[in-house]
Amino acid sequence: MEFFLDPSRCIGCQACVRACAECDTHAGRPMIHLEYVDRALSPQTAPVVCMHCEDPTCAQVCPADAIKQTEDGVVMSALAERCIGCSNCVLACPFGVPRYVPERDQMMKCDLCYDRTSLGKMPMCATVCPSGALTYGPPEVIERLRRERSVRSFRFGAQEVRTHVGLMAPAGTAEIDVDVASFIAAEPEPMRKIA
Amino acid sequence: MATLPTSEDELIARFGPHPMYEPAGGFARRPAAERLVKTHCCFCGVQCGIQLKVADGHVIGFEPWEEFPVNRGKLCSKGVARYLQNDHPDRLLHPLRRTESGFRRASWDEALGLVVERIRSIQQRHGRDAFAVLGGASLTNEKAYLLGKLARIALRTANIDYNGRLCMVSAAAANKMAFGVDRAANPWSDIPLAKCVMLVGTNVGECFPILTDYVWRARDTGAKVVVVDPRLTPIARTADLFLPVKPGRDSALFAGILADLVRRGAIDREFIHAHTVGFEAVREAVAKYTPLHTEALTGVPAASIVRAAELWAEAPTSMLLHARGLEHHTKGVENVLSTINLVLATGRIGKPGCGYGTITGQGNGQGGREHGQRCNQLPGGRDIENPAHRAEVARFWGVTETELPRAGLSAVEIFDAIERGEIKGLLSLSINPMVSLPDAAKTRRALERLEFFGAIDFFLSETARHADVVLAGSLQEEDEGTITTGEGRVVRLRRSVEPPGDARVDWRILVELAARLGFADKFRYTCAEDLFRELCAASSGGPIDYGGMSYEKIEKNLGVFWPCPKPEHPGTPRLFEGGRFAHADGRARFHVVDYRPPAEDVDRDYPLFLTTGRVVSQYLSGNQTRRIGPLLDQAPEPYVEIHPQLAEALGIAAGQMVRLATRRGELRLPALLTRAIRPDTVFVPYHWAGRLSVNRITHRALDPISKIPEFKVCAVRVEAS
Repeated sequence: MEFFLDPSRCIGCQACVRACAECDTHAGRPMIHLEYVDRALSPQTAPVVCMHCEDPTCAQVCPADAIKQTEDGVVMSALAERCIGCSNCVLACPFGVPRYVPERDQMMKCDLCYDRTSLGKMPMCATVCPSGALTYGPPEVIERLRRERSVRSFRFGAQEVRTHVGLMAPAGTAEIDVDVASFIAAEPEPMRKIA
Repeated sequence: MATLPTSEDELIARFGPHPMYEPAGGFARRPAAERLVKTHCCFCGVQCGIQLKVADGHVIGFEPWEEFPVNRGKLCSKGVARYLQNDHPDRLLHPLRRTESGFRRASWDEALGLVVERIRSIQQRHGRDAFAVLGGASLTNEKAYLLGKLARIALRTANIDYNGRLCMVSAAAANKMAFGVDRAANPWSDIPLAKCVMLVGTNVGECFPILTDYVWRARDTGAKVVVVDPRLTPIARTADLFLPVKPGRDSALFAGILADLVRRGAIDREFIHAHTVGFEAVREAVAKYTPLHTEALTGVPAASIVRAAELWAEAPTSMLLHARGLEHHTKGVENVLSTINLVLATGRIGKPGCGYGTITGQGNGQGGREHGQRCNQLPGGRDIENPAHRAEVARFWGVTETELPRAGLSAVEIFDAIERGEIKGLLSLSINPMVSLPDAAKTRRALERLEFFGAIDFFLSETARHADVVLAGSLQEEDEGTITTGEGRVVRLRRSVEPPGDARVDWRILVELAARLGFADKFRYTCAEDLFRELCAASSGGPIDYGGMSYEKIEKNLGVFWPCPKPEHPGTPRLFEGGRFAHADGRARFHVVDYRPPAEDVDRDYPLFLTTGRVVSQYLSGNQTRRIGPLLDQAPEPYVEIHPQLAEALGIAAGQMVRLATRRGELRLPALLTRAIRPDTVFVPYHWAGRLSVNRITHRALDPISKIPEFKVCAVRVEAS
């Protein structure tokens, strides 16, 4: 079972946000972010869940070693007893997922509904999402039902990030590159001068 | 005397709307669920299956119900947050009686006694029809049936109608004219089987979010999606073809598409010949709607009109679905008929993946219009002016045919008659016309002229504030019953909790009123299932036949589609299979539709179109959803959508306050600049009350057949404020 994210299908209804906020471990506080991309341009919205990176940047930068991964690769919220509230993870995450919660002095984030997924259920957001923007299921089923293919490799400049959550993209997309520098033929002149 | 008994501020302080953010006792003290109740959402016509978590007699949350086939656990934000209407501080817990300075608690005996005394007094002095009854399309089938029977048997008034009159009645009337019966022709499971899906005036993503998945499952297998709407709604964003029609021009657009199909020979002559009547006249009538002429009328590029015809013609199967955008017009019926002409001319109906339907907006938009709470209709979808139908129902109810009232006034007309002083008394159940009717100042003047107004509701709506007596009724989760969804599937609602305090289940209030009016013998019910049994028997043999249904059968099958005339009948998910329609000769009818402009078109003084609609987190007049904190936060106040080109021409910046003026009045709202709307059109969502209500400035003109108001287009002037 894997998690698939397809922002192109998002209709902005916030069912995922509301349903996430129902979880008893963080009741009233959603761990999903959902934003308009550019409200003045289009009704396009995009949900963001934790991508559950193979080698999570948030954990790499945590000075208190508070961010742990389960054996099956789920990246958890910072451990309350270890988290020092420094927000390194909030700043470092390339997907903008973790949030520092002042009332708890703790970083909290999407844990893929570990209480549900560890029992074989779907995460709450993917259960309720009415438009298929958030989906949880066997990869072979998703491949059969959708024309898009999931991508798990992202390049942020020099950093390559591999994730457990798949981002749906047009078939043939192997990696998503989000840094303009990667598309430039040669190193720009000012950079050479500085170097 | 139905002016407000005290200031609006005082009423709001006591009765809300107050936003509720947590279940009773707060999230921190939320107990574990003792049981999960399988029931349905209390909002739109999709009626998603949902499980309510119950502990210690309180609804404390929800759990997805993945086995229910329509939504398979999926929900929108409204469904997820709906449980927060329970244990709500605004909840009416006992009857209220109006005083000089507000409302005071009344006993049930006093409240019911007063309602009955005023019904008798008004009817004796002014005639039976001087007392009107208004219901809602969120009521269960049981309650809708009972309200109709109460009006006709115990009050014997002709004037009973419902808020479906503000919803999809144009589709209902057109479906009856074209097909001989009023129901969406296909189950939604046909949508993913279609190779072309045409969505007309239906903001699927926000108003019926679950159906988005159906449309996109079709797209995943290569279907083309065509969207007709003046706004680029979330579903339109990914359409293969978007036709941004000028408000009020839909029938011209569909004449143009049909004309192009005729020109390219892409019509189904065999189907037309074998199963329909009247095509030749339609073919002649649409001939003048060339792509260029249609472009001039509709503002849709000729090439897009031709492309729509091409996509429709190329697809072996197709579904056409529409909603309020097509129906809320003074020619709503004609608009709907123009789309049905397209479906019939190409024979795309009555087959897997081929069909047509309106998507009803209200929870029981379908069932609420079937069993007699409409001014022109009796149980079983029978026509109140049809002598045979009248005789059948009179016999069933044990009255003479002459005792049965004739057709009465529709919802908007009832308010006009109140304002004229012809109707003196009103009993309402779950309807909030102060927010939902057009031209709110006129609605208010009418309410203020009432001699007596009794309202049954669970929250004190903006309309119930005007009441002399308020009877504390029940929320959906406090009663048993059935709902008929937008696809014609009858589903079962389960009681999760009892009404709180001294509030009562709605139908028991109606039964008590009937008894006090002297009709106890005709209203003997001990449970909601008694009512359903009677409703099914009453519908038996009628056009809308529930004769073979039972609670047990509905529960076992997770819903049963009507017609279902006999216990052994499996129900009918898809209508018109084999080209058999419900008219006596088995044929469908074409109708000639010639485009005519809206009742109030743009001119020099009011040069822009105003159109209205919903947002995803709110439902109808907001009497429930404006009290649910997270849903209110998602859309706290209305705004006016303006295209940046128009905003620049008018000197309006993003977020700036804007003055909207129509011939009814003015409204001040912040500007939301977006390229997702025609530059000649502005849009305001309608869920708010008082100074925020767009229905203060909408137009009250009605469709001559369906009596639906023209919410979707009037002329407006927009200025920076």
